[in-house]
Amino acid sequence: MTRPDPRRRANRAWLLVLPVVVSVAFTAVIPLMTVVNFSVQDVFSPTDRVFVGLDWFYEAVRRPENREAFVRTLLFSAQVLLVEIPLGVAIAVAMPRRGVWVSVALVLVALPLLIPWNVVGTIWQIFARPDIGLGGWTVANLLGVDYNYTLDSTDAWITILVMDVWHWTPLVALLAYAGLRSIPQPYFQAAQIDGASAWATFRHIQLPRLRGVLTIAILLRFMDSFMIYTEPFVVTGGGPGNATTFLSILLSKMAVGQFDVGPAGAFSLIYFLVVQILCYVFFTALTRSGR
Amino acid sequence: MADIRLEGVAHSYDGGRTWALRPTTWTWRSGRAYALLGPSGCGKTTLLNIISGLLTPTEGRVLFDGRDVTGVPTAGRDIAQVFQFPVLYEEMSVYDNLAFPLRNRRRPKQEIDRRVREVSRLLGLDPVLGRRSRRLDPGRQQIVCLGRGLVRHEVAAVLLDEPLTVVDPALKWTLRSKLKEIHRDTGHTLIYVTHDQTEALTFADEVVVVNEGAIVQAGEPAELFLSPAHEFVGHFIGSPGMNMLPAEIAGGVVRVAGADAGAALPDTAAQAALADGEKLPPGPVRIGVRPEFVELGAAPGVPARVSGVDRMGAYDLVHALVGEHPVVARTEAGTAYEPGAAVCLRFPPERAFLFRDQVRCGSLGPLTGKGAA
Ligand SMILES: Nc1ncnc2c1ncn2[C@@H]1O[C@H](COP(=O)(O)OP(=O)(O)OP(=O)(O)O)[C@@H](O)[C@H]1O
Ligand SMILES: [Mg+2]
Repeated sequence: MTRPDPRRRANRAWLLVLPVVVSVAFTAVIPLMTVVNFSVQDVFSPTDRVFVGLDWFYEAVRRPENREAFVRTLLFSAQVLLVEIPLGVAIAVAMPRRGVWVSVALVLVALPLLIPWNVVGTIWQIFARPDIGLGGWTVANLLGVDYNYTLDSTDAWITILVMDVWHWTPLVALLAYAGLRSIPQPYFQAAQIDGASAWATFRHIQLPRLRGVLTIAILLRFMDSFMIYTEPFVVTGGGPGNATTFLSILLSKMAVGQFDVGPAGAFSLIYFLVVQILCYVFFTALTRSGR
Repeated sequence: MADIRLEGVAHSYDGGRTWALRPTTWTWRSGRAYALLGPSGCGKTTLLNIISGLLTPTEGRVLFDGRDVTGVPTAGRDIAQVFQFPVLYEEMSVYDNLAFPLRNRRRPKQEIDRRVREVSRLLGLDPVLGRRSRRLDPGRQQIVCLGRGLVRHEVAAVLLDEPLTVVDPALKWTLRSKLKEIHRDTGHTLIYVTHDQTEALTFADEVVVVNEGAIVQAGEPAELFLSPAHEFVGHFIGSPGMNMLPAEIAGGVVRVAGADAGAALPDTAAQAALADGEKLPPGPVRIGVRPEFVELGAAPGVPARVSGVDRMGAYDLVHALVGEHPVVARTEAGTAYEPGAAVCLRFPPERAFLFRDQVRCGSLGPLTGKGAA
């Protein structure tokens, strides 16, 4: 988030920063302050509220279902990154660099990205059904796997994960493809002269030059998967049981479903902080290792 | 090591509409140091890439010691090539960069270490051997690339594509002499691409001059200087380049501005093609003579007018006009010629040549009595 830099002495700078300050205030700070407001009060009715200090924060950390959802979401994000980043890079490497197939490949790869979140959920909810869905039916009947995502926790988890991979690997692939395209031809020529294998060329020429775009891809995919809501909500509704109740689903149940705005506020502030910290850690680790 | 032969090799990047390299037949002999000299865009890099296999020629064959390698990819050719700008494995150390070509070829560990240290010592890379290569300045990076090109023992040739462009001038000199030294020690065939004549002439056993996608002349530096076979070689080598003066052959005598410049002697090659065996056919020619060999003085000679004098310190350049065609003569420093003075130019036999359609057809000989008007 852009904030006015205190080191700036020139007063005119304030004037230039003002529009950003105002828009950030309206879009981020003021809504956030409302949440902060809720998080330190117990609200009985619009006129009747009590200041409770950090009670809701302790409560949020202590509640077992919060902890479970946190671990679950972290695990999900980790799996998403572990699958989507290597897969996306592999797709990018395999995509043609020249000729008529470039545009065909680009369109095919970009297709899943063009579908709205809730439509993706709806598609997969039907696609994965073992009775009428093509995917679910194939797995259950042709491969003979006992598969039903509405009853089995593991099946539900895998369904959500595969759906996310299908939906978002293309983003990683496109970013990586752009990164690969920017590598000058002499690097590949030098690798040929030096007798580098395809793997060595990838490892020592392509991968180092993907660092920048992969940093972005990792951050985007982490934030997005850590805050995943719509797709599991549409496909499994967080079930069966709590198997796919990720943090944001839990949070919305708490805030909207049970109208527990105090705990929900405290919880979402912690959530927000965790996302920030993890992004910072990723970013620092990735940029440091490149120096 | 091998003789590298190009047979009718030609290349077009656009399916035959224009030719970056015209059909060329040429043999690079094993163990020699060649300079490939030509202006920007004349096809030098194209020629190198065809030798190394980065490019498959549109036409013709490439032979290594008689073995046809036209379809063989780079990896199967044992060629080292250094590019114009540093191409490094940036996240690797300098040591690993140097070792990379050997590791890919699975050489034994001790051999790799020995070769890397040898090359690093030769090129003065010892102090930075452990550094990450991307942290070096571009000049040093290019030296690392040079090292990567020299680290392999068994290469058929080392191709250097304007390797010293990014290196600063003071270091250039040192590196070029290092390269010569390395060439003497290893006996590798070297092909050194440059558009700088001094670089080419000081480096090579043999200089190959390329223009517009064709080899126009090859020879030792002195040969190119003293006996150019093509107008382009005359212009491109020497500074200032060769004078070109329009003239006319009539009755076996070359006439310029109403005066006799000398007898027209056909080159032996041209002679064979001539029916009467003795004389060049009459008609327009151009006399090519280097400023170093133009003699100034009183009559007899080609009458001219001094138009200016450049005092270069070690020598003077006297500019003169024959009719309206400029001629430059290089004289000793402190010449007494002043602008406007009338002067006669003489072109010494064996140092002045006749060109038709840019190609040399003969030379200027001494005037015998019968030719004089
Ligand atoms: N990849 C390419 N695609 C199309 N045309 C090319 C390509 N590479 C070179 N050319 C053209 O072929 C001709 C010869 O190019 P080449 O690179 O061999 O010249 P060069 O002698 O190496 O020049 P320089 O001194 O500038 O490096 C030029 O006219 C150039 O524009
Ligand atoms: Mg070039």
